[in-house]
Amino acid sequence: MMKKYVIIGNGVASAACIEGIRSADRDGRITVISEEKHEVYCRPLISYYLEGKTDLAHMRYRSEDYYERTGAEVLYGRKAVRIRTADQTVELEDGTHIPYTELCVAAGSSPFVPPFAGLSSVKTKFSFMTLDDALALEKALKPESRVLIVGAGLIGLKCAEGILKRVGSVTVCDLADRVLSSILDADCAALVQQHLEAQGIRFFLNDSVGHFEENTAYMTGGAVVPFDTLVLAVGVRANTALLKEAGGEVGRGIVVDERMRTSADHIWAAGDCTEGMDSSSGRPRVIAILPNAYMQGFTAGVNMAGESAVFDQAIPMNSIGFFGMHVMTAGVCEGEMYEERTADSLKRLFMKDDLLKGFILIGGNERAGIYTSMIREKTPLSSVNFDLLKQAATTAAFPAEIRRKKFGGVV
Amino acid sequence: MKRVYVNEAWCLACHLCEYNCAFANSGLSDMVLALKGKSIYPRIHVEGDEKISYAVSCRHCEDPICVRSCIAGALSKEDGVIRIDREKCVGCFTCILVCPYGALAPDKDGVMQKCELCLQNSSGEPACVKGCPNRAIVYEERGEA
Ligand SMILES: Cc1cc2nc3c(=O)[nH]c(=O)nc-3n(C[C@H](O)[C@H](O)[C@H](O)COP(=O)(O)OP(=O)(O)OC[C@H]3O[C@@H](n4cnc5c(N)ncnc54)[C@H](O)[C@@H]3O)c2cc1C
Ligand code: SF4
Ligand code: SF4
Repeated sequence: MMKKYVIIGNGVASAACIEGIRSADRDGRITVISEEKHEVYCRPLISYYLEGKTDLAHMRYRSEDYYERTGAEVLYGRKAVRIRTADQTVELEDGTHIPYTELCVAAGSSPFVPPFAGLSSVKTKFSFMTLDDALALEKALKPESRVLIVGAGLIGLKCAEGILKRVGSVTVCDLADRVLSSILDADCAALVQQHLEAQGIRFFLNDSVGHFEENTAYMTGGAVVPFDTLVLAVGVRANTALLKEAGGEVGRGIVVDERMRTSADHIWAAGDCTEGMDSSSGRPRVIAILPNAYMQGFTAGVNMAGESAVFDQAIPMNSIGFFGMHVMTAGVCEGEMYEERTADSLKRLFMKDDLLKGFILIGGNERAGIYTSMIREKTPLSSVNFDLLKQAATTAAFPAEIRRKKFGGVV
Repeated sequence: MKRVYVNEAWCLACHLCEYNCAFANSGLSDMVLALKGKSIYPRIHVEGDEKISYAVSCRHCEDPICVRSCIAGALSKEDGVIRIDREKCVGCFTCILVCPYGALAPDKDGVMQKCELCLQNSSGEPACVKGCPNRAIVYEERGEA
């Protein structure tokens, strides 16, 4: 019997799921339900678009013949509102029912907006999650605009970088006492903040908007910040409601195992909407990054098609640049720390139980993937020349027979 | 598929492969014009210490984590070769963060570069292999697809 695959969402996790399915099943029917009216695009590039470093044509994630080639049918501008496990259908907003043999929820996340007093009096406000958000924000920007961004996380700061040269001023505020608080410690965050301030971005940290009155933000710390354009980048929440209402297990994200199976029969999940195991900390968490979305989506697809795939090496990791400064982080910052500093770089490695657990690199990131792979693969530090590795990420620190396998064989 | 393999016992650490790579990818026909007095940004580099040395370039992985991780869809696998579309690359360095071999590095403008086996340039076959004086780098088939 020909299988009917249905995927909710049309982001990277969804594309990866299509590719996973097609690696094992050329014929099954694939239907993608896409609330956004765009072919799959590179979500992380929306700030690069505003900065003029890419354009709409180059933002597409796959080639123009992608859906033709994969034979996936996309229903654009349609929203899934219910999963009916009893008769294995997905109900759309317009009342259509789409039957599935295997379903993948790849619904991503939604911006989380705290109930700021007076927010409804602000006329020009945006989230910064989708291409449409970026296009709408672009329309509102003027050379003299004063932009206030609430949230100094990755999304808020990438937005700040993307628009800085196009507007009069950019101010960023956050309740946290430092920038990028979810991935950086205080020292590293201070370096990044200094660099951003030197470019002209103004910060209010450890501070929050008490209330808004039209184009003015009254900060709890007492400052009064006038603005023309507001960007809300406080945080995101995984889109778990569909699965939860269908009786599936959810935490902060949809709970999945290493095959991307949810607790509900014939339902799989992948990407930002899931909560999987962080293999570096051994604790479950939402890992909302593109590489994870791809690997989870592909794994889900292969399993949905009846073959077997496991993804059990998920770790949080980020590589982000701001105005030429590159920041890389991976794993967890737990255990003993090794540090090296130069005038323009900072390296912190974290070791515990004979393993590399995590790192932060600002500048100086040559071959950093060698460190990342050691976290992912849980390479015992006693099996390598770690004194050499601390100074520089190099495969020369591995035993000769391992190196021969890496460079003399097919990997 | 043919790939580039190294034999560290024969590598002299002469770094010629780095120069040959930079030249082959320079688009110029005169080596002096292409390289003299310039910083080079080769897609292969020699690693090691006084005792051992070997040249590292992209392994053209069967399951390429760089392709799966690229935030711009700039990396892809075509007939087994891992290619980069430098027009799409935005220089985020995520590929550097994930490649287990340290095989990618940016050019002078921060756009990523990697070995594409000289299939796209005028060398037509890996220039590093062609120019290695001690056959420490070879281009050959070693099993699998
Ligand atoms: C500004 C920005 C910068 C980023 N930078 C980076 C970066 O540098 N590196 C990195 O690794 N990651 C980055 N990320 C994160 C990365 O974009 C995500 O991890 C990745 O896109 C997740 O893919 P996904 O397919 O899981 O979800 P999404 O891309 O969010 O796709 C989910 C899709 O599902 C649709 N959908 C949801 N519910 C329904 C429904 N009921 N019916 C129909 N459709 C539905 C949504 O409209 C959406 O299009 C960034 C994100 C943003 C916003
Ligand atoms: S760049 Fe690295 S991860 Fe990508 S194919 Fe080459 S060796 Fe493999
Ligand atoms: S640096 Fe370029 S090729 Fe590498 S992951 Fe980023 S966009 Fe892709």
